[in-house]
Amino acid sequence: MGKTMAITGNIAIAIAMKQINPDVVAAYPITPSTEIVQQFSSYVADGAVDTEYIAVESEHSAMSACIGASAGGGRVMTATSSQGLAFMWEMLYIAAGYRLPIVLVCVNRALSAPINIHCDHSDSMGARDASWIQLYAENAQEAYDNTIQAFRIAEEMDVRLPVMSCLDGFIISHSIENMTILEDEEVRRFIGDYKPLNPLLDLENPATVGAIDLQDYYMEHKRQQHEAMLNAKKVILSVGKEYGKLSGRSYGFFEEYRLDDADVAIVVMSSAAGTVKDIVDEYRSKGIKAGLLKPRVFRPFPAEEIADALKNTKAVAVLDRADSFGASGGPLFPEFRSALYDVPNPPKMINKIFGLGGRDFGPDDVRGVFDELVAIKDTGKIKSLKEYITVRE
Amino acid sequence: MKKKGWKEVPIGGVLKDKGSSVAYNSGSWRSFRPVIDLEKCINCMFCWVYCPDSSVIIKGGLVAGFDLEHCKGCGICAKECPPKVTAITMEPESKGPVCG
Repeated sequence: MGKTMAITGNIAIAIAMKQINPDVVAAYPITPSTEIVQQFSSYVADGAVDTEYIAVESEHSAMSACIGASAGGGRVMTATSSQGLAFMWEMLYIAAGYRLPIVLVCVNRALSAPINIHCDHSDSMGARDASWIQLYAENAQEAYDNTIQAFRIAEEMDVRLPVMSCLDGFIISHSIENMTILEDEEVRRFIGDYKPLNPLLDLENPATVGAIDLQDYYMEHKRQQHEAMLNAKKVILSVGKEYGKLSGRSYGFFEEYRLDDADVAIVVMSSAAGTVKDIVDEYRSKGIKAGLLKPRVFRPFPAEEIADALKNTKAVAVLDRADSFGASGGPLFPEFRSALYDVPNPPKMINKIFGLGGRDFGPDDVRGVFDELVAIKDTGKIKSLKEYITVRE
Repeated sequence: MKKKGWKEVPIGGVLKDKGSSVAYNSGSWRSFRPVIDLEKCINCMFCWVYCPDSSVIIKGGLVAGFDLEHCKGCGICAKECPPKVTAITMEPESKGPVCG
């Protein structure tokens, strides 16, 4: 059973990649994910993996090479951040449309301009409609665990969609944490042998990939992608459970922290959830029924399960580490609010945009949100639906 | 031909059967059609070489006409037909009978 190590999030991902031993990795390093491919390329140079490592000239080429390698029949992965993911954008849709189970580790970083290298979720949220499954991690342990599970989810025959495993840039990618690494053999047994579907290198069974698809069949193929996302829900749960048996750490769609009887709740993804947990404990000790819902899976969006988890709350704040400019909220808010629309007596809901470009999100910021939620619970009145916090006036 | 539903077609837009382009009537895209004067044709085969859709019909080693089920009307055959020959002209579909 594995060993405990003190490592950064990036190194945890690189170790996961070594244990997964993919057939092909094509990547173009970009801050803050650079260390992942840097470390992995040394594994390749040292012969610690069998991977064909393709050093490409851009992220667009990185994803293009991943698509070719995956269509060829290989198990493929890559890592990127921010502008790199944005540059991959059109190829993300092609990877998903070809139904290639590529795994991409996205170390979340703000998009330019102004140029910034620190954490927010604007990069991966920009890809939310690309038909990629998206998993988000609170810490290095979860990032490692999600990345291993990503292969099982992606490669399931009735899913066959690419998976994005996201972790917060610098906050997680560059911080050293204690975490547990599985044995190489345990990881290899868990992910199993790769079974390609219609691989181009199967010369006995030739197939065409990338044929034109017009008014007559395009929509049938999109309907299949919708079905694959629906199928992914049960696969994510069963893989999360099986991983729990292996590692002692089970995974579902989201984590509920003291949410059972909560009156006021915060919804927040990734590393910020750790800070919120501390303040939930503090408010609980003051007699305020505070709770947290930390989404892990954003695509597919588990709307029914979320509605069930939040249905007894009185006031909920959804915190977005990205804005959808001009929308009624950041990317999470409209989906959470919509999920609760059919619940009898739904909670009052507000949206906070926080932490853009790596802006600190501290205990006082959390206290401010919980205090506002308590006031909404008591008065039933919302001052503003969507508001920026952790920002100077 | 009855079109298949989303549960019946392979995922990812993959084609497993060869020759699907033969079954696809791309001739319906055409707005100009090639018309050949076989009296003028010298059978140099330039049109056959250059046609991107393999739509020049050859019979007994001689040009016999065009496969209008698949010819998209690009006009390359007319362009490549030697200037001294000009056996092929492109005519608007609106002038001729609907075909292909």
